[in-house]
Amino acid sequence: MLPWLPENISTYGGDIDWLFRLIFWITTIVFVGVQGTFLYFLFKYRARPGHKAIYSHGNNTLEIAWTIAPSVVCVVLALLSRATWDEIKAEIPPVDVTVRVYAKQFNWDFIYPGPDGAFDTDDDLTIENELNVPVHKVVKLEMLSRDVIHSFFVPVLRFKQDTMPGRQIDGWFEATKTGEWEIPCAELCGFGHSGMLGYLKVHSDQDYAAWVAKRWSK
Amino acid sequence: MSEAAAAHAHDEHHHEGGFVSTYLFSLDHKMIGKQFLLLSLFMMIIGGLLALMVRWQLAYPEQPVPGLAWVPEPYLYDGIIPPETYNMLFTMHATIMIFFVVIPILVGAFGNFLIPLMIGTKDMAFPILNMLSFWIAAFAGGLLISSFFVEGGAAAGGWTAYAPLSAAEVYTGVGLGQDLWIISLVVLGISSMMGSINYITTIINMRAPGMTMFRLPLVVWSLFITAILLLLALPELTAAMAMLLFDRRFGTAFFLPEHGGEPILWQHLFWFFGHPEVYILILPGMGIASEILSVFSRKPIFGYRAMAMAMIAIAFLGWVVWGHHMFQSGMNPTMGMAFMTTTMVIAVPSAIKTFNWLGTLWGGNIHFTTPMLHALAFVSMFVIGGLSGIYMAATPVDIFIHDTYFIVGHIHYVVFGGSIFAIFGGIAYWFPKMYGRMMNETLGKIHFFGTLLFFNITFFPMHIIGIGGHMRRIYNPEQYEFLEPLLHWNEIMTIGSIGLGIFQIVFAVNFFWSMFAGEKATQNPWHANTLEWEAPTPPPHGNFLVTPTVYRGPYEYSVPGEKEDWLPQARPGSGVAAAH
Repeated sequence: MLPWLPENISTYGGDIDWLFRLIFWITTIVFVGVQGTFLYFLFKYRARPGHKAIYSHGNNTLEIAWTIAPSVVCVVLALLSRATWDEIKAEIPPVDVTVRVYAKQFNWDFIYPGPDGAFDTDDDLTIENELNVPVHKVVKLEMLSRDVIHSFFVPVLRFKQDTMPGRQIDGWFEATKTGEWEIPCAELCGFGHSGMLGYLKVHSDQDYAAWVAKRWSK
Repeated sequence: MSEAAAAHAHDEHHHEGGFVSTYLFSLDHKMIGKQFLLLSLFMMIIGGLLALMVRWQLAYPEQPVPGLAWVPEPYLYDGIIPPETYNMLFTMHATIMIFFVVIPILVGAFGNFLIPLMIGTKDMAFPILNMLSFWIAAFAGGLLISSFFVEGGAAAGGWTAYAPLSAAEVYTGVGLGQDLWIISLVVLGISSMMGSINYITTIINMRAPGMTMFRLPLVVWSLFITAILLLLALPELTAAMAMLLFDRRFGTAFFLPEHGGEPILWQHLFWFFGHPEVYILILPGMGIASEILSVFSRKPIFGYRAMAMAMIAIAFLGWVVWGHHMFQSGMNPTMGMAFMTTTMVIAVPSAIKTFNWLGTLWGGNIHFTTPMLHALAFVSMFVIGGLSGIYMAATPVDIFIHDTYFIVGHIHYVVFGGSIFAIFGGIAYWFPKMYGRMMNETLGKIHFFGTLLFFNITFFPMHIIGIGGHMRRIYNPEQYEFLEPLLHWNEIMTIGSIGLGIFQIVFAVNFFWSMFAGEKATQNPWHANTLEWEAPTPPPHGNFLVTPTVYRGPYEYSVPGEKEDWLPQARPGSGVAAAH
């Protein structure tokens, strides 16, 4: 069913996909119902000689019914969306790894705080276009931009957040699978927007520990 | 009015002017409407060609565009589109189509032509303002087109012109081009404000005797509400544009963070205008479709008051949904919740309208003329555009599909599938009153079916690739591994868009051929009720020989006991229909 969504590898991506599918089925049913009725009417009430239209100005009961029905559907969808939205954007769970993301025309800079766990110290490490994280750990991203607005988009994580110059925006994710995926920029940022591309590398715990050891063992 | 007075009034407004006062600086609302129509159709050709180049690049990245090897550098390199030019193409495509095609046709052309005729008056309240409004719009269009030819080229920061990308030359390399873009839209805003003041005044004050607000045709209602939205939204856009221009040229920093500005302010200002704008683009289309559906179903519109009320509701709610364009912008997530709720609510009046259109078709006696086919396509395509909007309204789903091709598909189903089909339908429907001749039905149907087919081939797959994660506004999708399985769709859509373009030639041929050689139109060829069909065809300067008196609502079709299946608003008579 719906093979077109990319693979999901984040803890909350399943909730997004569930909502997506729910809306897909609601809209599909409405679509088939409305277009089916529409085509049926076009056929059934096509002009024929001797045929005269019904004289009717409407029906208040129907008006009330088709005002209430979509209202209920929309309110339920809003309520269902609320919990997922809060989970993803409003609250950040206890953090295991923090990485600072600086977007710039046309690269992603990933800054790691190093062994002291603090940014803006000597052991910070900046890596261009490569985000290394451990699997099954909560990763917090502190996102900023050096110039224009960019948008940090990881399709497999169902993660998207604009990065804004002059303002730090925090986001989080927890990957559920090791591997390597692309991080495109999703907001027009200039002539190099297309191809502004980083990579997400999700490591197992051991591999991540090894990567950390190698990087900070100078 | 006595016959002598009518003749006098007729004389007073019938100026035997020369070419200049008849065709260029005419004060006649009908001529001004036609001027808007021709200007916008010309701009539509430009906007369409830009779109075809965008489509070419997406299907065949960095391959020379056929036939364009002559275009000089740095626009194209032996026909190959560079990324700077690509950004220019989609920015200008959207700007032209939204501001210089859809709004000027719906509001400028149909608004001008229809309002005085349909409310039964001789002209707009302010004819000189009306003439100025056209020429200022034409000047704004000239400014925008001229921006292609300045150093650095035209604006390339998207039609939304997000700051800081648009606020400093260093980020795009576009200098004067972006300034001209800003100035052009400010100038166009002046034109729109003149037009909307005129429409509002005319509709409130100059309705024929008996034409109460709830006897107005729905298209006049839609234009009235649109004019109010324009009047309130445009000054705000103009202010935002001025701030952007000051940031670019005069050292202010409203949107530049390095000097204490706030980029997200631009988005709030832009979308506070931009969302009412979306309804400005669709409301008159809804009005046009309502007229045509009722006439060719030979049936009263279903739920007239519900239809008018739904438009009023949209006009109010349209002001409190702008944040749904900004869910991923970094705006406080709590505001996302609020805007999601209002956005879900605004879906309801659109649903009400759709159900009432279906109700109008129910039990009708449906004639499939060219205008009717377009109005039916409007309803059908608008349903798709409306339903796809729900995906974006749900904030968590929007996280994934925001800034993908899904939204590009959505907007094209609303603005092309909706507004443009309504425009084609409206042109075919009112053409006899505009030019005194009928458009050719065979060519009209060929154009319709070709457009419907290729429109769907061009735009439906955008939803599919959007769900696959295909970003909008990217120059070369081949740069991304995860988009590889989707690339064949780009080729299909591009072939669709070429077909779509070719079928528009049929429309152009039909339009100009019919204008001069079409079958002569009678006064009321569609047997419609509204007042424009009481005027002679084509109506003289001053419109009506005698000011009509209105006895009933606009949609009295198939009234029981009447021998004909229509009962014009201006025909005296008693009976059940007079009450409506």
